[in-house]
Amino acid sequence: MAEFRMPSLGADMEAGTLVEWLVKPGDEVKRGDIIAVVETQKGAIEVETFQIGRIEKFLVDLNTKVPVGTPIAIIQTEGEQAAVPAEPSPSSELPVAPAPEPRPPPLLAVPPVPAVVRAPSPAHGIMPRPIASPAARQLAAQHNVDLSSLTGSGPNGAILAADVERRLGPTAPSPERKRATGLDLAAMRTAIAAAMARSKREIPHYYLEHQIDVSHTEQWLAERNATLPPDSRLLMGALALKAVALAIRRFPAFNGFYRDNRFESSTAVHVGVAISIRGGGLAAPALRDTDQLSLDELMHGMRDLVQRTRAGRIRSSEISDSTVTVSSLGERGVEALYGVIYPPQVAIVGFGKVVTRPWVVDGAIGPRSVITITLAADHRVSDGHAGALFLAEIGKLLQEPEKL
Amino acid sequence: MTGIDVRKTVLEEINNVAPEVDLATVDPAADLREAIDIDSMDFLNLVTALHRRTSVEIPETDYPKLVTISGMIAYLEAKLG
Repeated sequence: MAEFRMPSLGADMEAGTLVEWLVKPGDEVKRGDIIAVVETQKGAIEVETFQIGRIEKFLVDLNTKVPVGTPIAIIQTEGEQAAVPAEPSPSSELPVAPAPEPRPPPLLAVPPVPAVVRAPSPAHGIMPRPIASPAARQLAAQHNVDLSSLTGSGPNGAILAADVERRLGPTAPSPERKRATGLDLAAMRTAIAAAMARSKREIPHYYLEHQIDVSHTEQWLAERNATLPPDSRLLMGALALKAVALAIRRFPAFNGFYRDNRFESSTAVHVGVAISIRGGGLAAPALRDTDQLSLDELMHGMRDLVQRTRAGRIRSSEISDSTVTVSSLGERGVEALYGVIYPPQVAIVGFGKVVTRPWVVDGAIGPRSVITITLAADHRVSDGHAGALFLAEIGKLLQEPEKL
Repeated sequence: MTGIDVRKTVLEEINNVAPEVDLATVDPAADLREAIDIDSMDFLNLVTALHRRTSVEIPETDYPKLVTISGMIAYLEAKLG
Protein backbone atom coordinates (compact mmCIF):
# COMPACT_ATOMS: atom_id res chain seq x y z
CA MET A 1 0.00 0.00 0.00
CA ALA A 2 1.38 3.37 -0.90
CA GLU A 3 0.43 6.80 0.26
CA PHE A 4 0.08 9.36 -2.45
CA ARG A 5 1.22 12.64 -0.97
CA MET A 6 0.76 16.27 -1.85
CA PRO A 7 3.82 16.73 -4.07
CA SER A 8 6.32 19.52 -3.78
CA LEU A 9 6.06 21.34 -7.08
CA GLY A 10 9.08 23.51 -6.75
CA ALA A 11 11.25 24.80 -3.95
CA ASP A 12 8.84 27.56 -3.10
CA MET A 13 5.72 25.48 -2.62
CA GLU A 14 4.43 24.99 0.91
CA ALA A 15 0.90 23.80 0.37
CA GLY A 16 -1.55 22.95 -2.36
CA THR A 17 -5.31 22.86 -2.69
CA LEU A 18 -6.84 19.74 -4.12
CA VAL A 19 -9.37 20.97 -6.67
CA GLU A 20 -10.17 17.94 -8.80
CA TRP A 21 -9.76 14.18 -8.78
CA LEU A 22 -9.33 12.72 -12.26
CA VAL A 23 -9.65 9.16 -11.00
CA LYS A 24 -12.02 7.44 -8.61
CA PRO A 25 -11.50 4.74 -6.03
CA GLY A 26 -11.11 1.39 -7.77
CA ASP A 27 -9.40 2.86 -10.85
CA GLU A 28 -6.19 1.25 -12.00
CA VAL A 29 -3.33 3.70 -12.33
CA LYS A 30 0.14 3.43 -13.75
CA ARG A 31 3.24 5.50 -13.58
CA GLY A 32 2.72 8.89 -15.22
CA ASP A 33 -1.07 8.90 -15.02
CA ILE A 34 -2.56 12.23 -14.09
CA ILE A 35 -4.71 11.62 -11.06
CA ALA A 36 -5.57 15.01 -9.64
CA VAL A 37 -5.46 18.73 -10.18
CA VAL A 38 -3.84 20.78 -7.46
CA GLU A 39 -4.10 24.53 -7.21
CA THR A 40 -0.81 26.13 -6.24
CA GLN A 41 0.68 29.56 -6.46
CA LYS A 42 1.74 28.61 -9.97
CA GLY A 43 -1.79 27.88 -11.05
CA ALA A 44 -3.62 24.61 -11.43
CA ILE A 45 -1.20 21.76 -11.88
CA GLU A 46 -1.99 18.27 -13.05
CA VAL A 47 -0.43 15.83 -10.65
CA GLU A 48 0.94 12.50 -11.84
CA THR A 49 1.46 9.35 -9.85
CA PHE A 50 4.61 7.29 -9.84
CA GLN A 51 2.91 4.20 -8.44
CA ILE A 52 1.36 1.30 -10.26
CA GLY A 53 -1.76 0.00 -8.61
CA ARG A 54 -5.35 0.72 -7.80
CA ILE A 55 -6.75 3.79 -6.12
CA GLU A 56 -7.99 2.58 -2.78
CA LYS A 57 -9.36 5.74 -1.24
CA PHE A 58 -9.04 9.46 -1.02
CA LEU A 59 -7.89 11.03 2.22
CA VAL A 60 -8.54 14.68 1.50
CA ASP A 61 -11.70 16.50 0.47
CA LEU A 62 -11.87 18.65 -2.62
CA ASN A 63 -11.00 22.29 -2.10
CA THR A 64 -8.92 21.50 0.94
CA LYS A 65 -5.52 23.08 1.27
CA VAL A 66 -2.90 20.80 2.76
CA PRO A 67 0.84 21.12 3.35
CA VAL A 68 3.31 19.47 1.02
CA GLY A 69 3.87 15.86 2.08
CA THR A 70 0.35 15.26 3.37
CA PRO A 71 -1.02 11.89 2.24
CA ILE A 72 -3.97 12.61 -0.04
CA ALA A 73 -4.80 9.15 -1.34
CA ILE A 74 -4.01 5.51 -0.75
CA ILE A 75 -2.89 3.46 -3.71
CA GLN A 76 -2.98 -0.28 -3.37
CA THR A 77 0.09 -1.45 -5.17
CA GLU A 78 0.21 -4.58 -7.26
CA GLY A 79 -0.02 -7.95 -5.61
CA GLU A 80 -1.43 -6.66 -2.38
CA GLN A 81 -4.47 -7.80 -0.57
CA ALA A 82 -7.05 -5.21 0.24
CA ALA A 83 -5.57 -2.97 2.83
CA VAL A 84 -6.74 -3.31 6.37
CA PRO A 85 -8.52 -0.34 7.87
CA ALA A 86 -6.06 2.17 9.12
CA GLU A 87 -7.44 2.13 12.60
CA PRO A 88 -9.75 -0.22 14.37
CA SER A 89 -12.74 1.72 15.40
CA PRO A 90 -15.82 1.18 17.48
CA SER A 91 -18.02 1.86 14.53
CA SER A 92 -17.06 -0.95 12.23
CA GLU A 93 -17.56 0.87 8.95
CA LEU A 94 -15.81 4.09 8.16
CA PRO A 95 -16.46 4.36 4.49
CA VAL A 96 -15.40 7.92 3.97
CA ALA A 97 -12.40 8.40 6.09
CA PRO A 98 -10.39 6.59 8.64
CA ALA A 99 -9.50 8.54 11.72
CA PRO A 100 -6.81 10.92 10.64
CA GLU A 101 -3.36 9.57 11.09
CA PRO A 102 -0.87 12.02 12.38
CA ARG A 103 0.43 13.75 9.31
CA PRO A 104 4.07 14.47 8.81
CA PRO A 105 4.96 17.93 9.88
CA PRO A 106 5.02 20.40 7.03
CA LEU A 107 8.37 20.24 5.30
CA LEU A 108 8.69 23.96 5.22
CA ALA A 109 7.94 26.68 7.66
CA VAL A 110 4.66 28.56 7.73
CA PRO A 111 2.11 25.81 7.59
CA PRO A 112 -0.93 27.39 6.00
CA VAL A 113 -3.20 25.28 8.15
CA PRO A 114 -2.44 24.18 11.66
CA ALA A 115 -0.96 20.73 11.80
CA VAL A 116 -3.76 18.30 12.17
CA VAL A 117 -5.37 18.20 15.51
CA ARG A 118 -6.11 14.67 16.46
CA ALA A 119 -9.17 15.58 18.37
CA PRO A 120 -9.05 13.84 21.70
CA SER A 121 -12.37 12.20 21.86
CA PRO A 122 -13.56 12.04 25.42
CA ALA A 123 -16.64 10.30 24.19
CA HIS A 124 -14.56 7.53 22.69
CA GLY A 125 -15.97 4.23 23.86
CA ILE A 126 -19.04 5.83 25.29
CA MET A 127 -20.71 6.92 22.10
CA PRO A 128 -19.76 6.19 18.53
CA ARG A 129 -17.33 8.60 17.07
CA PRO A 130 -18.98 10.66 14.32
CA ILE A 131 -17.98 9.72 10.82
CA ALA A 132 -16.24 12.68 9.26
CA SER A 133 -13.68 13.43 6.62
CA PRO A 134 -10.24 14.60 7.71
CA ALA A 135 -10.93 18.03 6.28
CA ALA A 136 -14.17 18.29 8.23
CA ARG A 137 -12.38 17.28 11.43
CA GLN A 138 -9.69 19.79 10.81
CA LEU A 139 -12.09 22.62 10.11
CA ALA A 140 -14.22 21.67 13.09
CA ALA A 141 -11.19 21.61 15.36
CA GLN A 142 -10.10 25.02 14.12
CA HIS A 143 -13.44 26.51 15.00
CA ASN A 144 -14.26 24.43 18.07
CA VAL A 145 -17.27 22.87 16.46
CA ASP A 146 -18.53 19.68 18.05
CA LEU A 147 -18.76 17.17 15.22
CA SER A 148 -21.42 15.13 16.98
CA SER A 149 -23.72 18.13 16.80
CA LEU A 150 -23.66 18.10 12.99
CA THR A 151 -25.64 16.16 10.44
CA GLY A 152 -23.46 14.80 7.71
CA SER A 153 -24.38 15.03 4.05
CA GLY A 154 -21.76 12.58 2.80
CA PRO A 155 -22.07 8.84 2.18
CA ASN A 156 -23.55 7.04 5.21
CA GLY A 157 -24.10 10.37 6.86
CA ALA A 158 -20.42 11.24 6.96
CA ILE A 159 -19.69 14.82 7.91
CA LEU A 160 -17.94 16.73 5.17
CA ALA A 161 -16.07 19.99 5.32
CA ALA A 162 -19.06 21.63 3.66
CA ASP A 163 -21.28 20.59 6.57
CA VAL A 164 -18.93 22.26 9.03
CA GLU A 165 -18.83 25.35 6.85
CA ARG A 166 -22.61 25.52 6.85
CA ARG A 167 -22.59 25.47 10.64
CA LEU A 168 -19.99 28.20 10.72
CA GLY A 169 -22.20 30.38 8.59
CA PRO A 170 -21.45 32.78 5.79
CA THR A 171 -18.88 34.76 7.76
CA ALA A 172 -16.61 31.79 8.25
CA PRO A 173 -13.36 31.91 6.37
CA SER A 174 -13.90 29.15 3.86
CA PRO A 175 -10.92 27.16 2.74
CA GLU A 176 -9.49 28.59 -0.42
CA ARG A 177 -12.04 27.97 -3.07
CA LYS A 178 -11.03 29.43 -6.34
CA ARG A 179 -11.84 28.38 -9.83
CA ALA A 180 -10.48 24.99 -10.65
CA THR A 181 -8.25 26.22 -13.40
CA GLY A 182 -6.63 29.43 -14.40
CA LEU A 183 -3.94 31.51 -12.88
CA ASP A 184 -3.77 33.67 -9.83
CA LEU A 185 -1.18 36.25 -10.81
CA ALA A 186 -0.86 37.68 -7.30
CA ALA A 187 -0.10 34.24 -5.90
CA MET A 188 2.27 33.60 -8.76
CA ARG A 189 4.10 36.82 -7.94
CA THR A 190 4.45 35.66 -4.34
CA ALA A 191 5.89 32.36 -5.54
CA ILE A 192 8.35 34.10 -7.86
CA ALA A 193 9.37 36.43 -5.05
CA ALA A 194 10.04 33.52 -2.70
CA ALA A 195 12.06 31.54 -5.24
CA MET A 196 14.07 34.48 -6.52
CA ALA A 197 14.80 35.88 -3.05
CA ARG A 198 16.04 32.45 -2.01
CA SER A 199 18.15 32.23 -5.15
CA LYS A 200 19.84 35.58 -4.56
CA ARG A 201 20.30 34.80 -0.87
CA GLU A 202 21.82 31.35 -1.33
CA ILE A 203 23.35 31.11 -4.78
CA PRO A 204 26.60 32.92 -5.58
CA HIS A 205 25.84 33.75 -9.20
CA TYR A 206 28.46 34.55 -11.77
CA TYR A 207 27.61 35.91 -15.20
CA LEU A 208 29.07 35.54 -18.66
CA GLU A 209 27.99 36.80 -22.04
CA HIS A 210 28.80 35.85 -25.58
CA GLN A 211 27.82 37.53 -28.84
CA ILE A 212 27.56 35.45 -31.95
CA ASP A 213 26.70 36.01 -35.59
CA VAL A 214 23.49 34.14 -36.39
CA SER A 215 23.01 35.41 -39.95
CA HIS A 216 23.46 31.92 -41.35
CA THR A 217 21.05 30.49 -38.78
CA GLU A 218 18.41 33.09 -39.69
CA GLN A 219 18.84 32.38 -43.36
CA TRP A 220 18.58 28.62 -42.81
CA LEU A 221 15.44 29.17 -40.76
CA ALA A 222 13.88 31.45 -43.38
CA GLU A 223 14.58 28.96 -46.18
CA ARG A 224 13.20 26.08 -44.17
CA ASN A 225 10.06 27.94 -43.10
CA ALA A 226 9.40 29.36 -46.59
CA THR A 227 7.95 26.09 -47.84
CA LEU A 228 6.02 25.20 -44.70
CA PRO A 229 2.54 26.07 -43.46
CA PRO A 230 2.49 28.25 -40.32
CA ASP A 231 1.93 25.40 -37.90
CA SER A 232 5.10 23.66 -39.04
CA ARG A 233 7.38 26.70 -38.90
CA LEU A 234 10.21 26.90 -36.42
CA LEU A 235 11.19 29.82 -34.24
CA MET A 236 14.75 30.78 -33.34
CA GLY A 237 13.77 30.02 -29.74
CA ALA A 238 13.39 26.33 -30.59
CA LEU A 239 16.91 26.23 -32.07
CA ALA A 240 18.23 27.97 -28.97
CA LEU A 241 16.64 25.37 -26.68
CA LYS A 242 18.10 22.53 -28.69
CA ALA A 243 21.56 24.10 -28.75
CA VAL A 244 21.53 24.41 -24.95
CA ALA A 245 20.21 20.86 -24.50
CA LEU A 246 22.94 19.39 -26.72
CA ALA A 247 25.73 21.52 -25.26
CA ILE A 248 24.85 20.74 -21.67
CA ARG A 249 25.38 17.02 -22.18
CA ARG A 250 29.09 17.80 -22.39
CA PHE A 251 28.93 20.18 -19.42
CA PRO A 252 27.15 18.31 -16.63
CA ALA A 253 28.17 20.90 -14.02
CA PHE A 254 25.33 23.10 -15.30
CA ASN A 255 22.64 20.45 -15.42
CA GLY A 256 21.10 19.23 -12.16
CA PHE A 257 20.24 20.21 -8.64
CA TYR A 258 22.08 21.67 -5.68
CA ARG A 259 20.48 20.26 -2.55
CA ASP A 260 21.62 19.65 1.01
CA ASN A 261 24.96 21.29 0.37
CA ARG A 262 25.88 19.14 -2.57
CA PHE A 263 25.40 19.14 -6.30
CA GLU A 264 23.88 16.22 -8.08
CA SER A 265 24.15 16.35 -11.83
CA SER A 266 21.36 14.93 -13.93
CA THR A 267 21.87 12.58 -16.84
CA ALA A 268 18.48 13.53 -18.25
CA VAL A 269 18.21 16.98 -19.83
CA HIS A 270 14.89 18.64 -19.05
CA VAL A 271 15.16 22.26 -20.11
CA GLY A 272 12.82 24.61 -18.27
CA VAL A 273 11.34 27.08 -20.73
CA ALA A 274 10.77 30.52 -19.20
CA ILE A 275 7.28 31.56 -20.30
CA SER A 276 5.90 34.98 -19.55
CA ILE A 277 2.27 35.18 -18.62
CA ARG A 278 0.16 38.04 -19.93
CA GLY A 279 -0.56 40.48 -17.18
CA GLY A 280 2.71 39.87 -15.39
CA GLY A 281 3.66 36.35 -14.45
CA LEU A 282 6.38 33.86 -15.20
CA ALA A 283 6.72 30.10 -15.17
CA ALA A 284 9.44 27.77 -16.42
CA PRO A 285 7.98 24.32 -16.98
CA ALA A 286 10.22 21.58 -18.32
CA LEU A 287 10.33 20.31 -21.85
CA ARG A 288 11.29 16.79 -20.91
CA ASP A 289 14.28 15.10 -22.56
CA THR A 290 14.89 18.19 -24.64
CA ASP A 291 18.11 16.80 -26.05
CA GLN A 292 16.31 13.76 -27.50
CA LEU A 293 13.71 15.76 -29.43
CA SER A 294 13.90 16.60 -33.10
CA LEU A 295 13.48 20.28 -33.88
CA ASP A 296 9.90 19.69 -35.01
CA GLU A 297 9.06 17.77 -31.84
CA LEU A 298 10.74 20.42 -29.78
CA MET A 299 8.83 23.23 -31.46
CA HIS A 300 5.58 21.34 -31.06
CA GLY A 301 6.35 20.68 -27.39
CA MET A 302 7.22 24.32 -26.83
CA ARG A 303 3.97 25.54 -28.39
CA ASP A 304 1.99 23.09 -26.32
CA LEU A 305 3.83 24.11 -23.15
CA VAL A 306 3.29 27.82 -23.76
CA GLN A 307 -0.38 27.27 -24.45
CA ARG A 308 -0.98 25.11 -21.40
CA THR A 309 1.06 27.33 -19.12
CA ARG A 310 -0.89 30.39 -20.13
CA ALA A 311 -4.15 28.49 -19.68
CA GLY A 312 -2.98 27.38 -16.25
CA ARG A 313 -2.65 23.68 -17.02
CA ILE A 314 0.79 22.36 -16.36
CA ARG A 315 1.76 18.96 -15.03
CA SER A 316 3.54 18.30 -11.77
CA SER A 317 6.56 16.70 -13.42
CA GLU A 318 6.94 19.73 -15.69
CA ILE A 319 7.20 22.00 -12.67
CA SER A 320 9.65 20.03 -10.59
CA ASP A 321 11.81 18.32 -13.20
CA SER A 322 13.62 21.16 -14.98
CA THR A 323 17.35 20.57 -14.73
CA VAL A 324 18.34 23.94 -16.24
CA THR A 325 16.38 26.95 -17.47
CA VAL A 326 16.44 28.87 -20.75
CA SER A 327 14.97 32.34 -21.04
CA SER A 328 14.57 33.73 -24.51
CA LEU A 329 13.39 37.25 -25.30
CA GLY A 330 12.31 36.43 -28.83
CA GLU A 331 12.26 39.20 -31.36
CA ARG A 332 11.34 42.01 -29.03
CA GLY A 333 12.89 43.56 -26.00
CA VAL A 334 16.58 44.09 -25.48
CA GLU A 335 19.88 42.59 -26.49
CA ALA A 336 20.76 40.72 -23.33
CA LEU A 337 19.16 39.36 -20.22
CA TYR A 338 20.89 38.18 -17.07
CA GLY A 339 18.83 35.50 -15.43
CA VAL A 340 18.33 34.59 -11.80
CA ILE A 341 18.83 30.86 -11.21
CA TYR A 342 15.73 28.93 -10.18
CA PRO A 343 16.71 26.85 -7.15
CA PRO A 344 17.68 24.07 -6.84
CA GLN A 345 18.97 24.37 -10.41
CA VAL A 346 22.46 25.73 -10.96
CA ALA A 347 22.30 27.59 -14.26
CA ILE A 348 20.11 29.73 -16.49
CA VAL A 349 20.91 30.59 -20.09
CA GLY A 350 19.51 33.78 -21.62
CA PHE A 351 19.00 34.71 -25.26
CA GLY A 352 18.47 38.35 -26.18
CA LYS A 353 16.73 39.51 -29.31
CA VAL A 354 18.54 39.26 -32.63
CA VAL A 355 19.88 42.66 -33.72
CA THR A 356 21.65 43.88 -36.83
CA ARG A 357 25.18 45.07 -35.99
CA PRO A 358 28.36 45.97 -37.88
CA TRP A 359 30.48 42.84 -37.75
CA VAL A 360 33.83 41.79 -39.11
CA VAL A 361 33.67 38.86 -41.49
CA ASP A 362 36.78 37.84 -43.44
CA GLY A 363 38.47 41.15 -42.68
CA ALA A 364 35.60 43.34 -43.85
CA ILE A 365 32.90 45.07 -41.87
CA GLY A 366 29.33 44.34 -42.83
CA PRO A 367 25.86 44.21 -41.32
CA ARG A 368 25.18 40.90 -39.60
CA SER A 369 22.48 39.45 -37.36
CA VAL A 370 23.87 39.13 -33.86
CA ILE A 371 22.48 37.50 -30.75
CA THR A 372 23.78 37.82 -27.20
CA ILE A 373 23.76 34.64 -25.14
CA THR A 374 24.26 34.91 -21.40
CA LEU A 375 24.88 32.44 -18.63
CA ALA A 376 24.19 32.86 -14.94
CA ALA A 377 25.64 29.93 -13.05
CA ASP A 378 26.20 28.76 -9.49
CA HIS A 379 29.76 29.36 -8.30
CA ARG A 380 29.42 26.63 -5.68
CA VAL A 381 29.34 24.15 -8.54
CA SER A 382 31.28 25.61 -11.47
CA ASP A 383 33.70 28.36 -12.38
CA GLY A 384 33.81 30.96 -15.09
CA HIS A 385 36.24 28.91 -17.13
CA ALA A 386 33.84 26.00 -17.50
CA GLY A 387 30.99 28.46 -17.98
CA ALA A 388 32.82 30.12 -20.85
CA LEU A 389 33.40 26.79 -22.59
CA PHE A 390 29.74 25.87 -22.12
CA LEU A 391 28.54 29.18 -23.52
CA ALA A 392 30.93 28.97 -26.48
CA GLU A 393 29.65 25.48 -27.25
CA ILE A 394 26.04 26.74 -27.26
CA GLY A 395 27.05 29.50 -29.67
CA LYS A 396 28.86 27.08 -31.96
CA LEU A 397 25.84 24.75 -32.10
CA LEU A 398 23.43 27.59 -32.77
CA GLN A 399 25.56 28.60 -35.76
CA GLU A 400 25.14 25.15 -37.27
CA PRO A 401 21.37 24.74 -37.36
CA GLU A 402 21.52 21.89 -39.85
CA LYS A 403 23.14 19.76 -37.14
CA LEU A 404 20.62 20.55 -34.44
CA MET B 1 -15.64 37.46 -52.56
CA THR B 2 -15.27 34.39 -50.44
CA GLY B 3 -17.85 35.33 -47.88
CA ILE B 4 -15.28 35.51 -45.10
CA ASP B 5 -15.70 38.55 -42.87
CA VAL B 6 -12.02 39.37 -42.70
CA ARG B 7 -12.27 42.10 -40.08
CA LYS B 8 -14.31 39.91 -37.77
CA THR B 9 -11.94 36.95 -38.25
CA VAL B 10 -8.86 39.04 -37.56
CA LEU B 11 -10.34 40.58 -34.42
CA GLU B 12 -11.52 37.21 -33.12
CA GLU B 13 -8.12 35.62 -33.58
CA ILE B 14 -6.28 38.53 -32.00
CA ASN B 15 -8.69 38.21 -29.11
CA ASN B 16 -7.79 34.54 -28.75
CA VAL B 17 -4.14 35.46 -28.39
CA ALA B 18 -4.73 38.43 -26.08
CA PRO B 19 -8.10 37.80 -24.43
CA GLU B 20 -7.82 40.57 -21.86
CA VAL B 21 -7.27 43.37 -24.40
CA ASP B 22 -10.19 45.57 -25.45
CA LEU B 23 -9.47 45.77 -29.16
CA ALA B 24 -11.72 48.80 -29.55
CA THR B 25 -9.03 50.75 -27.70
CA VAL B 26 -6.19 49.58 -29.96
CA ASP B 27 -5.09 51.91 -32.75
CA PRO B 28 -5.54 49.88 -35.97
CA ALA B 29 -2.28 51.36 -37.23
CA ALA B 30 -0.26 50.49 -34.13
CA ASP B 31 2.37 47.74 -34.15
CA LEU B 32 0.57 44.91 -32.38
CA ARG B 33 3.73 43.55 -30.85
CA GLU B 34 4.07 46.70 -28.78
CA ALA B 35 0.41 47.70 -28.56
CA ILE B 36 -0.85 44.47 -27.06
CA ASP B 37 2.40 42.79 -26.03
CA ILE B 38 2.48 39.77 -28.28
CA ASP B 39 5.67 37.79 -28.70
CA SER B 40 7.00 35.63 -31.55
CA MET B 41 5.08 32.59 -30.33
CA ASP B 42 1.80 34.56 -30.05
CA PHE B 43 2.35 35.98 -33.52
CA LEU B 44 3.02 32.54 -34.98
CA ASN B 45 -0.15 31.25 -33.30
CA LEU B 46 -2.08 34.16 -34.76
CA VAL B 47 -0.74 33.54 -38.26
CA THR B 48 -1.48 29.83 -37.88
CA ALA B 49 -5.07 30.59 -36.92
CA LEU B 50 -5.58 33.09 -39.75
CA HIS B 51 -4.15 30.59 -42.21
CA ARG B 52 -6.51 27.91 -40.91
CA ARG B 53 -9.55 30.13 -41.20
CA THR B 54 -8.85 31.86 -44.50
CA SER B 55 -6.52 29.37 -46.28
CA VAL B 56 -4.28 32.29 -47.20
CA GLU B 57 -0.64 31.10 -47.26
CA ILE B 58 0.96 33.99 -45.31
CA PRO B 59 4.68 33.29 -45.91
CA GLU B 60 7.16 34.63 -43.35
CA THR B 61 8.39 37.21 -45.82
CA ASP B 62 4.96 38.86 -45.61
CA TYR B 63 5.01 39.14 -41.81
CA PRO B 64 6.01 42.83 -41.91
CA LYS B 65 2.70 43.58 -43.65
CA LEU B 66 0.82 41.96 -40.80
CA VAL B 67 2.07 43.84 -37.77
CA THR B 68 -0.97 46.13 -37.47
CA ILE B 69 -4.68 45.35 -37.35
CA SER B 70 -5.38 47.42 -40.46
CA GLY B 71 -2.40 45.87 -42.27
CA MET B 72 -3.61 42.39 -41.43
CA ILE B 73 -7.11 43.11 -42.72
CA ALA B 74 -5.83 44.78 -45.91
CA TYR B 75 -3.41 41.89 -46.56
CA LEU B 76 -6.01 39.17 -46.19
CA GLU B 77 -8.66 41.07 -48.15
CA ALA B 78 -6.22 41.55 -51.02
CA LYS B 79 -5.33 37.85 -51.02
CA LEU B 80 -8.97 36.77 -50.82
CA GLY B 81 -10.29 39.35 -53.23
